[in-house]
Amino acid sequence: MENSAIIQINQLIKRFPMGKGEFTALKGINLDFGTGEFAGLIGPSGSGKTTLLNIIGSLDMPTEGEAVVLGKPISKLSSKESAKLRKESLGFIFQSYNLLQVHTVFENVEFPLLLLDYTTAERKKMVMDALEWVGLTDKVKSKPPQLSGGECQRVAIARAMVKKPSLVLADEPTANLDAANSHNILQTMLNLNRELKTTFIFATHDEKVIGYLKRKIFLKDGLVDHEEWINQ
Amino acid sequence: MPILIVAVGVAMSVFLHAYITGLMNDSIEMNAKLSFGHVKVVTKSFAENISQMPTDLALLETTALKEKLNQEFPDVAWVERIQFGGLIDAPDENGETKSQGPALGIGVDLFSASTGQGGEAERMGMAKSLVRGRLPEMKGEIVLSELFSQKLGVNPGDKITLIGSTMNGAMSYYNFILAGTLSFGVQVMDKGTIVADIEDVRLALDMDDAATEITGLFGSGYFSADLAADVKEKFLSDFPNLENDEYAPVMLSLKDQGSMGQFVDLSNTMGSIITFVFMLAMSLVLWNAGLLGGIRRYGEFGIRLAMGEEKKQVYRTLVYESVMIGIAGSVFGTAIGLFFAWLMQTYGLDLGDSMKGSSMMMPTIIRARITPVDFYIGFLPGIVSTLIGAMLAGIGIYKRKTSQLFKELEA
Repeated sequence: MENSAIIQINQLIKRFPMGKGEFTALKGINLDFGTGEFAGLIGPSGSGKTTLLNIIGSLDMPTEGEAVVLGKPISKLSSKESAKLRKESLGFIFQSYNLLQVHTVFENVEFPLLLLDYTTAERKKMVMDALEWVGLTDKVKSKPPQLSGGECQRVAIARAMVKKPSLVLADEPTANLDAANSHNILQTMLNLNRELKTTFIFATHDEKVIGYLKRKIFLKDGLVDHEEWINQ
Repeated sequence: MPILIVAVGVAMSVFLHAYITGLMNDSIEMNAKLSFGHVKVVTKSFAENISQMPTDLALLETTALKEKLNQEFPDVAWVERIQFGGLIDAPDENGETKSQGPALGIGVDLFSASTGQGGEAERMGMAKSLVRGRLPEMKGEIVLSELFSQKLGVNPGDKITLIGSTMNGAMSYYNFILAGTLSFGVQVMDKGTIVADIEDVRLALDMDDAATEITGLFGSGYFSADLAADVKEKFLSDFPNLENDEYAPVMLSLKDQGSMGQFVDLSNTMGSIITFVFMLAMSLVLWNAGLLGGIRRYGEFGIRLAMGEEKKQVYRTLVYESVMIGIAGSVFGTAIGLFFAWLMQTYGLDLGDSMKGSSMMMPTIIRARITPVDFYIGFLPGIVSTLIGAMLAGIGIYKRKTSQLFKELEA
């Protein structure tokens, strides 16, 4: 673990209703994440990695146990407090990019800043900085349909990073990309992790991603099976 | 795109309302102008036997009566008319009867400028209806319906004779020169109508300063049952209904005559029902469009929630956007609808060919009529339905967990 813990997960259980019964996706997870980690939740489908990522991102609530993210206990947050946490401190990267198709690259990246108190000039500088990180300053006025898959994902990274969040959660970010684009994307994220000390947590079963991780957390049937730390 | 959908729906609503109003109104106004008036003054006995058109029960001293009506009701155009029955005889070159036919006669003021609004000829649309020849330009000239002239075998310039009875019961003969022929576009009139100047008819039927009726047409050009009731009430205070005077003038509104009351009520009811059903259908369409538009955006809502927007903020913007879309679409749609309604009001739709053989007094040119209602009626489906649809779609934002919205986003 690097530096102080920004995420503390204690005996986390998550159950979903299924028919007349329940399905337990997480069966008692205990984990801590520190500042600047480049970690991944690894496991097959149904292992609980996306569910855990959703709870860390305050998109879902634990059934039992607790996840404390940046000092905020997720189970005790109101809807408004959850939104505030996401708005100020979290960034999300999705498998299918999830860009707003009718907006330009600039507008997509600017979107999280519109919810914060930045001036137009500040927003413009921050957006251009973020696009420079991902090498897309020449695509400012393009719209997502005009971009390749790799470029779309780089826009998504810029959008997640533009407000310099403490934590970025990435769910299968390379699933729709070829090998070259995947390595390009992962290298970009690794650089940002080093440069900005942002914590990255991935949910993945992609070997290309796993190769870049400094901490690998293997999940199996809703439990942490084992962990690996890579010293670089 | 959503604005366009709303605009199309609103335009159709506005146009249909104007069209239905015009369609229903056209028939009423045609009847009013040609025969019933919006209100009509006749003698009490004439009113009781109106279907027989008894000239012996006509109003007398009509010049003075009309003058008084003009003073009392300056917003109503009052015109004297004589409706009568008779036989038209068409002689051959030897003066012997070539053909004869029963005629429904209308004596109207064709030459005086005192009848207002372009005179009776214009009010009855005679110039537009002219088929052959010309309109009467001097005393002693007459026009026949084209079908009637063909039946009699007469042409413009021919001499014809009206055989009838005076208001005193004596037989009368009066020679006219056929000036032209008309097609009224109203089958019942095209079968056997003659139109002559009222002074000629007075001479022919010995009706000096008399008329079977003084017809009143409202300045607005459209029948209003409320206005007719007001005019009738005021008339009654000026001309009390004397029990024993069978020649006392009484006022009939359009709704009091024949089956016009039923027709007006039926027209209004049918118009309201058709408009209601269409508005309901259009409301459901726009409601559904708003609902689907909102549901399609669940993915976008998921992103916005992930970025840190609150659910109520997302919901609020959805509602605001739908209101803006509704207003923009309604304004745009109302303008389009009014434009097409105006075209339809100005130029109309000629259904003459499809109405051949009709015995109903129906106009052959269907026109829309723009009323004040048309300026706001489209806003009901345009704004309210779109808003309700968006609000229903927005409920999903609250019902669904944020993570569920993400799954829909990924789908």
